[in-house]
Amino acid sequence: MTTEAMPLFEVFIRSKRGLDHRHVGSLHAQDHRQALEYARDTYTRRGEGVSIWVVASSDIVASQESDSASFYDPLDDKPYRHATFYKLPDAVDNM
Amino acid sequence: MTTQLLDDSSEQARLDARSDARFDARSDARFDARIAAEERVEPKDWMPDAYRRNVIRQMSQHAHSEVIGMQPEGNWIGRAPTLKRKAILLAKVQDEAGHGLYLYSATETLGVTREELVEALHQGRAKYASIFNYPSLTWADVGAIGWLVDGAAIVNQISLQRTSYGPYARAMVRICKEESFHMRQGYEIMLTLCRGSDAQRAMAQDALNRWWWPSLMMFGPPDAESAHSAQSMSWKLKRQSNDELRQKFIDQTVPQADFLGIDIPDPALCWNASSGHYNFGDIDWSEFQRVISGDGPCNRERLSHHVRAHDDGAWVRETLQAYRAKHPARSAERA
Amino acid sequence: MPSNDLFTYSIALADDALILGQRLTEWVSNAPTLEEELALANVALDHIGRARMFYGHAGQLVDDGRSEDDLAFGRDCREFTNLLINELPRGDFAFTMVRQFFVDAFNVPFLTALIQSSEPTLAAIGAKAVKESTYHLRRSRDWMLRLGDGSAESHSRTQRAIDELWGYTPELFEAFAAEDRLAEAGLAPDRGALKSQWRNTVDATFAEATLRCPTAAWSVRGGRGGVHTEHLGHLLAQMQYLQRTYPGQQW
Repeated sequence: MTTEAMPLFEVFIRSKRGLDHRHVGSLHAQDHRQALEYARDTYTRRGEGVSIWVVASSDIVASQESDSASFYDPLDDKPYRHATFYKLPDAVDNM
Repeated sequence: MTTQLLDDSSEQARLDARSDARFDARSDARFDARIAAEERVEPKDWMPDAYRRNVIRQMSQHAHSEVIGMQPEGNWIGRAPTLKRKAILLAKVQDEAGHGLYLYSATETLGVTREELVEALHQGRAKYASIFNYPSLTWADVGAIGWLVDGAAIVNQISLQRTSYGPYARAMVRICKEESFHMRQGYEIMLTLCRGSDAQRAMAQDALNRWWWPSLMMFGPPDAESAHSAQSMSWKLKRQSNDELRQKFIDQTVPQADFLGIDIPDPALCWNASSGHYNFGDIDWSEFQRVISGDGPCNRERLSHHVRAHDDGAWVRETLQAYRAKHPARSAERA
Repeated sequence: MPSNDLFTYSIALADDALILGQRLTEWVSNAPTLEEELALANVALDHIGRARMFYGHAGQLVDDGRSEDDLAFGRDCREFTNLLINELPRGDFAFTMVRQFFVDAFNVPFLTALIQSSEPTLAAIGAKAVKESTYHLRRSRDWMLRLGDGSAESHSRTQRAIDELWGYTPELFEAFAAEDRLAEAGLAPDRGALKSQWRNTVDATFAEATLRCPTAAWSVRGGRGGVHTEHLGHLLAQMQYLQRTYPGQQW
């Protein structure tokens, strides 16, 4: 009996009121078309989504935790990118 | 559904301790610090081998439990007494399949395949919640399972929403959202029966008599006796002890039984004003050990059913592979 | 009398949906993959939901106090008027999907036509159900392609299922007397007129799937007259057992 080599797909759903597709989980399917159908059957039973993306898991490239020192740290010392850095007089502090 | 932390591999705990010693002490310490800081561990993060094994065991056994749990309840879909109950029960069991799916998927993030996990289940290397080794004999059992078994699962799963492994925690959040309807539908069935005819009330009482003690056993043995418990707690895979969760479940359930007007089969059950909890009688842990080791009422049937369905479906799964090989370019509409 | 005819008609459509839904529920914990468990359960839920709508409508038409459950659980075999194709045992996965494909390929044009009914409830049920059946057909059609053009085993199982089911398909296009009257009055679709569209869908799909339409001339019918296969009795014995054993109770 051959066992599966059915590819794994990651599922992303955007809800009616949402702006982004959120990762909700994964499933096995034969191809993208079937993955969409299974995603619809598994992840939208409570009206959670209006838009489904399926991506083959093998296509997802992730940053590595070990890279975090050089990848992320330099961003911590640039507070001037955040609005809270800027103190304005009360009269005009509504922007 | 829930998974117990099993007392069956102190051998495994010894192996874990030995391999721990070989770890890079700096990575180990950093990992412990992350756990202590309530950081989530994600699939591509470094983690001790023992943590990885523990997570795989816990999640996959939880997944197996969801899927095996479909059998005792699925047993009554065809015979549900009304169309509404048929639809509700079908939706509930469908949810269990979905929960299994979320959990197998979360486990696969750790580099193990679903096929390997199913193989472990079939060969008896992996376990599932012992509660599902009991038969569902009447319609009232469907109510009792929803009320007590899902009720116990919710107590466990709410706690697991804060588990340290990211994909597991997120699966738990999704599962908890869906699980609350499960318990309510079960309780509603019990309520309807208890307000019904004498025969229906007797059916409800009989179901409670048979499902009460096994539900308490779902939380696993007292923590002192569980080798896995301590390790899982230190890694925040498990957030509260077996005894704490069991007490929580009892405290919330006794008033529910009182409201139904049926009796919990425990003569020692009574409110303890000074502790603020219910005292309860001794659990027969030898029964638990027998059932979890394969000597319960339905163990053989549950497993052989799963094996048969899996074997019967092999040609279908092979079909998908064959079709894919013939038609590699078939894809869906672009996003 | 249109009201009696509408009652009979709604019951027939309800019975079709309930019996097929019941057969689909038999796949729970038996499906080839977890993903298919969810998918098949959705199709079953759609059919059970549709049955409830048709039973509810029928109950209101005659207003004799019978609920959807009285109609589903209180009638015996000879009073059920579903088409025979729905009551056949689920068989293997190929059999289930071929049966589903035949029924879905019928339901889409049928429900599309039902939306045109001048009876507002039937039209509304049609509008809701056609969305479900459109998805069902997409699914079952895809399965015809995979099963027909997959492995040698899937191909032979599927062809066998087609050969076994073929003689049950003519009944899909045969109207009974009340239905004919309703069709003339614009209240029901002309069932027979749907055959060519159905046949086109089936032929095109089978051609692509390397499957063969049988040429055999046998056919079995009788559902609308309550003359069923021997399978229905067993199905009802199981489905109705609780209501029969504890009659008149709330559940």
